[in-house]
Amino acid sequence: MAELQRVGEVIEASTTDFIAQCYELYQIPPLGSLVKTRDLPMELYGLVCNAATTSLEPGRRPIARGKDETTEEEIYRSSPQLLKLLKSEFGALVVGHRQGDKLYHHLPPQPARIHSFVYQCLPDEVKEFSQSFDFLNILLNAHSPVPTEELISASLRQMSQAYQDRRAFLVAAGKELAIMLSGNLSQLKAILGRIRE
Amino acid sequence: MNQRLGIVVSGSLSKGVEVRLDSSASIEEMAVGRFVTIEGQKRRFFGMITDVSLGVIDQKLTLTPPDVSDPFIAEVLTGTSTFGTLHVSPSLVISGDAATMLEGPQPVKTIPSHFSVVNLASQRDVELVFGTEDEKRFFIGTPLDMETKVCLDLDVFVKRSNGVFGKSGTGKTFLTRLLLIGILQKGTAVNLVFDMHSEYGWESQNEQGRKVKALKQLFPSKVAVFTLDEEGSRRRRVSTDFVVRIGYDEIEPEDIALLRQTLNLTEASVQAVYQLAREFGDKRWIEATVGLEEGDETKQLLDKLNIHDSTYRNLRRGLETIRRLPFLVSNAPDNTVRRILEYLDRGTNVILEFGRYTDITAYILVANLLTRRIYARYQEATEQAMGGDATPPRQLVITIEEAHRFLNPEVASQTIFGTIAREMRKYNVTLLVIDQRPSGIDSEVMSQLGTKITCLLDNERDVDSVLAGVINKSEFKSVLSKLESKQQALIFGHAVPVPVVVRTREYGSAESYKDFIPGEEAEVGKQAEKDIEQLWE
Repeated sequence: MAELQRVGEVIEASTTDFIAQCYELYQIPPLGSLVKTRDLPMELYGLVCNAATTSLEPGRRPIARGKDETTEEEIYRSSPQLLKLLKSEFGALVVGHRQGDKLYHHLPPQPARIHSFVYQCLPDEVKEFSQSFDFLNILLNAHSPVPTEELISASLRQMSQAYQDRRAFLVAAGKELAIMLSGNLSQLKAILGRIRE
Repeated sequence: MNQRLGIVVSGSLSKGVEVRLDSSASIEEMAVGRFVTIEGQKRRFFGMITDVSLGVIDQKLTLTPPDVSDPFIAEVLTGTSTFGTLHVSPSLVISGDAATMLEGPQPVKTIPSHFSVVNLASQRDVELVFGTEDEKRFFIGTPLDMETKVCLDLDVFVKRSNGVFGKSGTGKTFLTRLLLIGILQKGTAVNLVFDMHSEYGWESQNEQGRKVKALKQLFPSKVAVFTLDEEGSRRRRVSTDFVVRIGYDEIEPEDIALLRQTLNLTEASVQAVYQLAREFGDKRWIEATVGLEEGDETKQLLDKLNIHDSTYRNLRRGLETIRRLPFLVSNAPDNTVRRILEYLDRGTNVILEFGRYTDITAYILVANLLTRRIYARYQEATEQAMGGDATPPRQLVITIEEAHRFLNPEVASQTIFGTIAREMRKYNVTLLVIDQRPSGIDSEVMSQLGTKITCLLDNERDVDSVLAGVINKSEFKSVLSKLESKQQALIFGHAVPVPVVVRTREYGSAESYKDFIPGEEAEVGKQAEKDIEQLWE
């Protein structure tokens, strides 16, 4: 069985979302992928909704260094300190939690704790989580820096990879959205356009 | 396995329920007239699809249609944003309460609750409702897209007057033949058929020109063919049992009154008939009237009776038309009515062929004249039976074609057929009315018909008159007008628990005949055994 891959650590948390810093620069889980924290006995599920790589110190901006280098890799090789002066962070919207054996598609009673480890979910867990499309409702109502349509379509595309029949999964999700977005045809069209194969 | 169609979303008992189709059920596979079952919380309902329509969740979709050339988008939107709806009228409760457990399907008095699941009715459900073929039930056809048999309870069927309607060429004759065979096979009544086009007794041709057997060939021992046209019958090699001749003395003034329209008589002429009959006597008034010669004597007589000359001429012209009918003779060698009754009493079915006398005057005259007398005898016999002196006569079904000529509002009150249709079963005589213009039939008579079997009708007035008095009329209108022009019929009324669209049973091939005969053979065998037993007693 594949091991859970640790991708970062929570550095800011609220009931609806958390921000995690990656252990390695640029090792960011893909947009829309399912991650979880393990604050046992509770596990929180989040969908990666935003990511950024910035300077460690807010006041110091990186400067362009590649004038005399031939490739981008050369820049990092000649200035190895760069890897320590930059950081990658990602934000995740909390879309559910697990308590004991039960999986809930609604917000947890407590937010994540700071320094909780964040893991990327394995395909089996993604499949289990996506048996219900209730999380779509959380996404539709969330205030995310990324446009909702982008976030939803990205997460569905990500989840569909866990399935053998990707199209069937996407059609089922599309139907769920068609009902939820019955009053907002243009948004529905935008999402469907982004998830069609 | 039940095929799930959708769920109930709204409705009322009077208007039927709306069913929203699941996305997995294709609206193009639905058809009006199909049976469905609705799984309510406590009861199971049985009903028929009466309308199919399209719905959208947001009207904007109809204004800016999505790109359905993309199969993904199309698949997502079907059943969610765009969906099909069915209109179903539940008509029976088939399980779930005490009454249905004890007595079988019951008429609905309520509707299923919100979001009850709707399934396509299974073979078993349909069997439960229409029963299986037995000694009283006759297999008439199959519901649309199903193999189950729809059976008519002929015992119930023959107790009321019934109608077979449909445009010309939609299969009325075949359907009627089937019904007659059913009645014969099950022995629930004896038939008297006024066979205008000589189609029921002996073989005739279907539209493809193939010969089709008729009753006498299938049930030779149970059917007698009477003919008005001996020559024609001989040419067609029909084995006839009796040649009908009618004496002038048998024609009564009422018979002429009925022919008023076809003979183009005035109201005054009809009145004159009664006066002349009073003057000359019921037996010989026709001959006497036609025999009147021009002269003072006649003039005096007419003056005495207060009959105007033009009226007299009008009447005389009409009577001449009748006199030209070759089967009318001044002295009939045998009494046709008595003969018919003898056969009927023995349980033999009588088919009266008109041969080449297909004109309506002959048909109305003969049918009315014979039926009136037969009915009178039946009335007598039934009243005697009520008094406890005798057994009541066998149930009799009289089949008439072109019924609107007998039962139109102007004459329905005068003809015997009007009386039979209204008073119905009291005297064990009922009608099987065959017609292509039901709108021409008196509404009072129409309303008294027990079971109506109708093939395709497309005239608005005809459809209205057939469906008069039916609950949810508008729904059945759409069913009726969408029938195929062949081999499909809507049956509703007394003898079926719910209105049903059937594809009528096959008739005309060698196998189809076999299906009718087995019962017959067995019966012949039984009869032979009985006879042998009696011999030794």
